[in-house]
Amino acid sequence: MNKMALEEYKGVFVFAQQVDNVLDGVAFELLGKGKDLAKDLGTDVTAVLIGSEVKGLADQLAEYGADRVIVVDDPELKEYRTEPYAHALASVINEYKPEIMLVGATAIGRDLGPTVSARVKTGLTADCTSLEIGDFPLVAAPGKEDEQKHNQLLMTRPAFGGNTIATIACPDNRPQMATVRPGVMQKIAPIAGAKANVVEFNPGFTPNNRYVEILNIVKAVKTTANIMEAKILVSGGRGVGSKENFKLLEDLAEVLGGTVSCSRAVVENGWLPVDLQVGQTGKTVRPQIYFAIGISGAIQHVAGMEDSDLIIAINKDEDAPIFDVADYGLVGDLNKIVPALTAALKAELGK
Amino acid sequence: MNIVVCIKQVPDTKGGVKFNPDGTLDRAAMLAIMNPDDKAGLEAALRIKDETGAKVTVLTMGLPKADAVLREAMAMGADEAILVTDRVLGGADTWATSTTIAGALRNLDYDLIITGRQAIDGDTAQVGPQIAEHLGLPVISYAADIKIEGDSVVVKRQYEDRYHELKAKMPCLITALSELNVPRYMTPGGIFDACDKEVTVWGRADLKDVDDSDLGLKGSPTKIAKASDKVAKGAGEKVNLDPTESVNYLIGKFKEKHII
Repeated sequence: MNKMALEEYKGVFVFAQQVDNVLDGVAFELLGKGKDLAKDLGTDVTAVLIGSEVKGLADQLAEYGADRVIVVDDPELKEYRTEPYAHALASVINEYKPEIMLVGATAIGRDLGPTVSARVKTGLTADCTSLEIGDFPLVAAPGKEDEQKHNQLLMTRPAFGGNTIATIACPDNRPQMATVRPGVMQKIAPIAGAKANVVEFNPGFTPNNRYVEILNIVKAVKTTANIMEAKILVSGGRGVGSKENFKLLEDLAEVLGGTVSCSRAVVENGWLPVDLQVGQTGKTVRPQIYFAIGISGAIQHVAGMEDSDLIIAINKDEDAPIFDVADYGLVGDLNKIVPALTAALKAELGK
Repeated sequence: MNIVVCIKQVPDTKGGVKFNPDGTLDRAAMLAIMNPDDKAGLEAALRIKDETGAKVTVLTMGLPKADAVLREAMAMGADEAILVTDRVLGGADTWATSTTIAGALRNLDYDLIITGRQAIDGDTAQVGPQIAEHLGLPVISYAADIKIEGDSVVVKRQYEDRYHELKAKMPCLITALSELNVPRYMTPGGIFDACDKEVTVWGRADLKDVDDSDLGLKGSPTKIAKASDKVAKGAGEKVNLDPTESVNYLIGKFKEKHII
């Protein structure tokens, strides 16, 4: 790759994903993380808002920490399509030269990110679960201390189905780009009335062969709770035994004001819908309390819940790997423990 | 009609994972399979071939032993196979991988390029869209259905809460989801034929319009700072009591933590 004038690139940018003119939660999470990184670098955070008639969303981004909002507003951008969106974001990067560009690792971001990174000729690290500012190499080789680069974005991600963890840097190209797994970064408590510097930018959109045609949009009917937003999750696995037996978990969830979720096996058995699945192939969650009931704790499941504040495991197999990540582990029969726990909590909470 | 399917030989992640001293993956030391999303992409191409008589070429970049997934693809019904392999291509990140594959594809006639959405080793989903970018093609990622209509493809593009039915003029690039189909098995006749067929082997010199500075470890903008096996979070307390005592223990902890 060609050498870049790295010092020209400044500021932390986040892609503020919106669909149907509603901002995605990951936009706020990226702003929260972006603020931390910007503080370490002594710079500020810019949200890049792309869509049609979306300018009104800028205040919301300000409340969640954006110092500046760059709005690319054009009728071509009404629905997400790779080409006009990639042109919009790549043009913003070429014009404003951020040192860091974060994108949510959503079904949109995992298409937009690679296209834009290839267009602006920089590296991209996928599906990051941790971001920090540090040195590259982490430790300077003896006698080569002056070759060590400081203030680099260190991007950490799982790979190999969660079996390994790698920390990646992008020392010679800018921006340093990452897609970030939804549900992992913390958003800030919104600051009511906060205002950002709003800048409008339009690079011009001329449809070409790369603009695909949208024939039809079919939205899934949403009937289930959003487990990524839940403060308390009561999650069941194969050990629950049947669809009907999830009643025990629903009762416990109800008394705590929580939500029922599950492992992959439960979805495969047709007991609960896939929207409620936690794990590598499901959703990443970090509730305040996570109950893992009848869940053995395969690495793919653990990858999706291990950052929960408090993990409670109930399992009859005392060697189940779930106990390795649980704060409190109860070995025993869930059919006895769960109803007893529900009853005891009801008594304690006066319900 | 010419379809090129880009496939990858991946370590079966259920086996052990090994690293070289420089932090890159030691692929040579692991069991290898055809990446599942790629196999679904190959099946989609073979179904188009069954209907229209399209020619299907499979292409992979990897170590010489990646020949095995190309033979498997031919035994399933692919017509031709190309292995891109060269020492100078080793250690490539997604940028350098996509420049390499794009350099190989520039030698071929294609109407449609299909890749898997992502490989089970890296899980990045980046190489497909990046190839499309290098070749200036329209890209449709996350395909859950592919239909040919004249000189266009109509694709069901999956999102978290919806899908878009998209139409693109060929040539274009599509990334396939495993959910697309159930790949066929190799046939005995196919296996027999696949042993006789030639796999075309290309090296660095066969890549078209690519600079050395965009290839291999040196051409990779992302660098591994650290790689390690995942360390499990330390276990907390575990009790094995009768149900009532278990519940009392947990209620006690909840009170200690001011949860109730």
